[in-house]
Amino acid sequence: MRITLRVWRQKNADAKGKMEKYKLDDVEEDMSFLEMLDVLNEKLVLADEDPISFDHDCREGICGSCAMVINGTPHGPQKNTTTCQLHMRHFKDGDTIDVEPWRARAFPVIKDLVTDRSAFDQIIQAGGYVSVNTGSAPEAHATPVDKVSADDAFDAATCIGCGACVAACPNGSSMLFTSAKVTHLGLLPQGQPERQTRAISMLAKQDELDFGGCTNVGACAEVCPKGIPLASISRLNHDVLGATLTGARAD
Amino acid sequence: MVLTQQRNIVTRTWGSSVGKKFVMAVTGVIFLLYVIAHMIGNLKIFFGRETFDAYSEHLRTLGADIFGYSGVLWIIRVVLIAAVVLHMVAAFSLWYKAKRARPVGYQHKGHQGSYAARTMRWGGVIIALFVIWHILDLTTGTVNPDPAGGAYGKLVASFDRPVVAIFYIVAMVALSFHISHGLWSGIQTLGGNSAVKQHALKSFSIGVGVVVAVGFAIIPVSVMIGLVR
Repeated sequence: MRITLRVWRQKNADAKGKMEKYKLDDVEEDMSFLEMLDVLNEKLVLADEDPISFDHDCREGICGSCAMVINGTPHGPQKNTTTCQLHMRHFKDGDTIDVEPWRARAFPVIKDLVTDRSAFDQIIQAGGYVSVNTGSAPEAHATPVDKVSADDAFDAATCIGCGACVAACPNGSSMLFTSAKVTHLGLLPQGQPERQTRAISMLAKQDELDFGGCTNVGACAEVCPKGIPLASISRLNHDVLGATLTGARAD
Repeated sequence: MVLTQQRNIVTRTWGSSVGKKFVMAVTGVIFLLYVIAHMIGNLKIFFGRETFDAYSEHLRTLGADIFGYSGVLWIIRVVLIAAVVLHMVAAFSLWYKAKRARPVGYQHKGHQGSYAARTMRWGGVIIALFVIWHILDLTTGTVNPDPAGGAYGKLVASFDRPVVAIFYIVAMVALSFHISHGLWSGIQTLGGNSAVKQHALKSFSIGVGVVVAVGFAIIPVSVMIGLVR
């Protein structure tokens, strides 16, 4: 396959970046998108040019590192798929592909396609946990969890924190990410005592970090590689509404 | 946890992005109920001039023994004005926050989300401008060709101008889009959505939007084709 790439190149956080064009003649359709970038980078290194920086780690769709917007869609055209699991067979010979970093004030570009996504860590630190003393695992029948809640909590827990929801959102909002964690913990008995304060604390942190507000457009759920449903946001809203009306306090 | 939630319920609500959305959802419900009542009232035009003008007068004498002539109408107007102000201030505040959240845009623009969802903000601005014109035309009669013609006379005189009738219909289409996304979005904001209900809620909201648009737009169309004279 012959592929033309237009990739966002930016030397460092302060530099002004621009799209650079690269031509590849020997792309195999069985390559993953990242392997294709590896091939390009090898050529760039041999030509004494600066290789394209991009985040990657597990390359099996569970670490959430491989953040890039491909032709305007985070993680590219394949549904429920991270960039590393996207294969070149989903493109046509002669295609021009635009590759850009996540765009959000809260995710500043460090270099090329690499962004600083530690803002997500801060949201988790604000309440995405259950405060219990650890010890040996309790007897499994002591705290029953119904099947539906267990499944929904598990589905929400599959969020890999990649940030595609923020990248796709026209408002640059991280609501789907925050709501996935709120749903995950809020559906389980262990998460109940902190349920309302968790919602308001994580939301307040998200607002403070300059993520936008949600307008329920649904772009986040469209691009989410883990298929976190848009209705998770409704669950977050529900908990926030409860906390707002009752004046639940976190301190 | 780091956050201290003190303050009263007003600052608690207004202080978060979701709290502002609660305000928009509740005020949106007020508008929607008003719009549906307004639409049902409007449809009395098909029962003739006397019925329509009597309805218009009835709105003013309604509860007059307690609130005075036009008293109830003014209470409704004050509530609506307060709701408009809250709805718009919250919307502009979230609009600003959204602009701030993405200082550098994408070179390759993707389009996710429905047309209705993507046009909420400018659609809302268009509806607001339409409402100003609408009040000057049919309430105060300032820009109406027949300001002394009563409710029925003003309406027919106004829609006898094809440009005005078409502008009205376009505004109703904008309103329809605004409701189709707004109603569903409001339910989601108030925590009433679930993965199971989502499709039904979206379809219901589109249905309400279409009914409202058709219920209003049928009147200028009827004037244009001579059904209402």
